[in-house]
Amino acid sequence: MQGLDLYYMLELVPVILGYVPITIGIAAASMVLALALAVLLAVERVVKVPVLDWFVVFFISFFRGTPLLVQLFLFYYGLPQVLSFLTQINGVTAAILGLTLHFSAYMAESIRAAITGVDRSQWEAAHSVGMTQAQMMRRIILPQAARVASPTLVNYFIDMIKGTSLAFTLGVTEMMGAAQKEAASSFLYFEAFLVVAVIYWIMVEILSQGQKRLETSLNKAYAR
Amino acid sequence: MISIRGLTKRFDATTVLNAIDLDIADGERVVIIGPSGTGKSTLLRCLNFLDRPQSGQIRIGDLHVNAEKATKADILSLQRSTAFVFQNYALFANKTAKENIMEALVTVQKIPEAEAEQRALSVLAETGLSDKADSYPTSLSGGQQQRVGIGRAMALQSDLMLFDEPTSALDPEWVSEVLDLMRRVAERKQTMLIVTHEMQFAKEIADRVVFMDEGRIVESAPPDELFGAPKDERLKSFLRRINK
Repeated sequence: MQGLDLYYMLELVPVILGYVPITIGIAAASMVLALALAVLLAVERVVKVPVLDWFVVFFISFFRGTPLLVQLFLFYYGLPQVLSFLTQINGVTAAILGLTLHFSAYMAESIRAAITGVDRSQWEAAHSVGMTQAQMMRRIILPQAARVASPTLVNYFIDMIKGTSLAFTLGVTEMMGAAQKEAASSFLYFEAFLVVAVIYWIMVEILSQGQKRLETSLNKAYAR
Repeated sequence: MISIRGLTKRFDATTVLNAIDLDIADGERVVIIGPSGTGKSTLLRCLNFLDRPQSGQIRIGDLHVNAEKATKADILSLQRSTAFVFQNYALFANKTAKENIMEALVTVQKIPEAEAEQRALSVLAETGLSDKADSYPTSLSGGQQQRVGIGRAMALQSDLMLFDEPTSALDPEWVSEVLDLMRRVAERKQTMLIVTHEMQFAKEIADRVVFMDEGRIVESAPPDELFGAPKDERLKSFLRRINK
């Protein structure tokens, strides 16, 4: 067994770190969009708008039921063949679109479960003071559901950050893409992928710390 | 003036409210008594459509709702002209005592936030909970939570306040502070419809007591008369049972 080329790894760290913004950018944009879409999907699943509900059930089923990589290929390589106006779609856009749709399906299910878990008395109280359905959702039900759903949602965000690595298959040079290129020219695959693995790991650990703070602040209304 | 005609509610095959007729004058305090499971709470819940009645007419002031044809807008109007005090308090768990009272003033009645806050603070003062303004429901006792619940309903300044067994879920030690607060609400000539098992309180506060049994109003009279000279056999036997 050969020793690790530590000097090469140290050199590689700033190179890969240079691609952290693009990875975080894709993940953050996808998270914001997925969360917004997931809330809409979840509320629809609870309220059950006729006809629209079938579409939502179908949407969630499809995007949970097929691999993320397949979805990304479908958007990036497949769709432009059918919808000609999409020929301009770039890798980053396709990655954000894929991650958004994929994770919104998962998030919708956990948000829906959290909404239905909010005590019935909260719905009745909101109705009794004359709130509309939308006011009740926004002001009373969703904030309480957020507290229940947040640990799961942060987990999905962690998954999403790691999922951005698939964007390199769409020709996007993010952290994984950069590591791949470096490894291909140096032939030091183990070193290159170990560096990128550790950087992902550290990012996720930082996020987990943030999760703890988020939970503390969401729990403040419930602490005795 | 509140007028209820032919209000009927069925759960599957069971008729819980059987063509209820009831008039309540402005400022009148009506207490509903009767055995458990006779539809007292359901009557209250049907008046603001927490439970949807199958048929009947509800008039509150100028608002007229036909239960069979009630639209979303009708239901919202009913809910906005009534205020409800729940047996289990049902305070908004994500809001402080003050925010619980402010919430509907701001989102429903569109009162500017600063003014709503002033009103909430003055309601809290009336309920004796000024020091709990920033406390969340979980840190309040049952009695304190119910006083906030009553405060939330008071602040709405609605045409009709509905009380659904407001002391039934309370530990005995908290009952009197809640009843005291209800007495103070009554002094303001607020129209009140109260379901309760507190007979002494009913005698004292009610302009009129309504006895319900098996989904119907059996007897309705001022408290002296209803408790002093009950006419119907079912009422007599109910009063004997509770006075044992």
